[in-house]
Amino acid sequence: MNRTLGLGAYKQIFLLPGLLVLLAIVLFPLLFTVRVSLSGWDAISPGLNWIGIKNYQDLVGDQRFWQALARLSFMAVTTVLVQYVLGFGLALLVWREIRFRRFFRVLFLIPMMTTPVIMSVIWRTIFHESLGPANDVLHWIGLGPYPWLTSSGWAMASIMIVEVWEWTPFMFLFMLAGLVSLPREPFLAAAIDGAGPVRTFFNVTFPLLAPVSIGAIIIRLIEASKIMETVYALTSGGPGTATETSAYYIYIRGLRDFDIGYASALSITYLVIMIVLLTLIVKCLVRLFIGRSV
Amino acid sequence: MTGNLYRILKYAAVVLWSVFVVTPFLWALTTSFKTINGVTGGATYIPWLQYKPSLDGWHNLFGGSSGIDIVHPYINSIIVTASASLISIVLGTLAAYGLSRFDYRVGIVKNGDLVFFFISQRIMPPVVLAIPFFLMLQWLHLLDTRLGLVLVYIVLLLPIAVWIMVDFFNNIPRQINEMAMLDGCTPLGAFVRVILPNSLPGIIVAGMFCLVFGWNDFFFAFTLTFTNVQLLPTAIVSLNSSVTPWWSLSAAALISVAPLVLVAFLVERFLSRGTLAGAIR
Repeated sequence: MNRTLGLGAYKQIFLLPGLLVLLAIVLFPLLFTVRVSLSGWDAISPGLNWIGIKNYQDLVGDQRFWQALARLSFMAVTTVLVQYVLGFGLALLVWREIRFRRFFRVLFLIPMMTTPVIMSVIWRTIFHESLGPANDVLHWIGLGPYPWLTSSGWAMASIMIVEVWEWTPFMFLFMLAGLVSLPREPFLAAAIDGAGPVRTFFNVTFPLLAPVSIGAIIIRLIEASKIMETVYALTSGGPGTATETSAYYIYIRGLRDFDIGYASALSITYLVIMIVLLTLIVKCLVRLFIGRSV
Repeated sequence: MTGNLYRILKYAAVVLWSVFVVTPFLWALTTSFKTINGVTGGATYIPWLQYKPSLDGWHNLFGGSSGIDIVHPYINSIIVTASASLISIVLGTLAAYGLSRFDYRVGIVKNGDLVFFFISQRIMPPVVLAIPFFLMLQWLHLLDTRLGLVLVYIVLLLPIAVWIMVDFFNNIPRQINEMAMLDGCTPLGAFVRVILPNSLPGIIVAGMFCLVFGWNDFFFAFTLTFTNVQLLPTAIVSLNSSVTPWWSLSAAALISVAPLVLVAFLVERFLSRGTLAGAIR
């Protein structure tokens, strides 16, 4: 009796501090946001009045919000897929026999360690139309100049290039950690069967790494659904609103224009949509990867 | 023949990606030694040959003529990141250990749900939390203070710590606990004396990720502080105005990401020893 009581107390000592801190810092703000989203809090009349679901009715017709959401989804899915393919490819390249293996491994990891917003500022100088090296180097081979940050299509491309530069290392890290921990036997078996590198990859490596792949893609999709710092530093959402993502638009409405009530409604909507979309994507991914390999 | 061709392609791919990776760093390095003349004439790369190098960009960071202060933001960044990481690691390790060893049940909520609750905080976009955090810190008089930022960063870092440590503890056999308990240790004693020393690699990996994600945050530092407590990313982005001093900007960027490059070396060491595989999966 005494012993089980003691164990119960110990259980709480381990879990409660972390849980309570997180609950206090996250749950209260979240509930508060829901309440604020039902108010008309803005720069002129700050305060918690009650206007019901008017903010939510307004956002249904807010083209700028839905366009930002569509743009974000496109950016997130495209960049994560590119990162996955490149990261997996690079991991395979430096997995085994290659000179200076450890040097390349360190080098390939570096971008994900660096501060995204600071590197975006450097990339902005690279993409500068007349003074930056991007157009200069392309000029040597007879291309350009391209309006990297001032036309909508190119600005999207610039943001996505920086995202790929920054986060391919994350995929690389996961896939390489997965490759390093693989058992040797399946590869020996494949070699004995006379399978070439391509068949070995599709019949052994890829299926064995399916769980790692799913995990890495999901984590990256979650992080990519929050893209805003690269946008802020590279284009400030411009030209016009052509590169605004959801998070950036909410930031503009809430913390720059101080339409706190409306921005809170946008936040809650964005959060719910992201959770639903990500859950669906996770289900599809699991079916796609596991379903085929079993 | 095909073997040779394959090898050439392989090295070409690796070198090509390496060039892409180092481009912004090399560009920042060469830019940091330029003056206004070296920048406004178009892109130049090689000092002495194409432009006259100068140390102004670096001097300015330490209160030179144009007086951009990088020292205070640097100290702030170190204090805030280190404190938040330390708290997250302590709380996260305890919670993760509890979740991997004991059964919890509150109504329909069980261990798996609790782990998911911790990790799912990463789904929360910073912008959703920024508005309530802003009002909450204002109310607590913690806006524009280090303590306020530390509190906020725990939300970012605790999920990472729990996520890595739960997996790590799950890989340590339960028999170790039972043996320690038979020797007369309390559950807390078993944790401190037996489990902790064995989980140092996991704690280091989790700590590194906390440091990186804390150091690299921009959004909360940007929205929740103004002038008192400037962190590195905010200080550097504030240089990113229309008339940007590219040379100081580059120098500042380089010294703020420099410590993180060391982390890449550490991560690679763990990776090559296979420690990371257990921590990540």
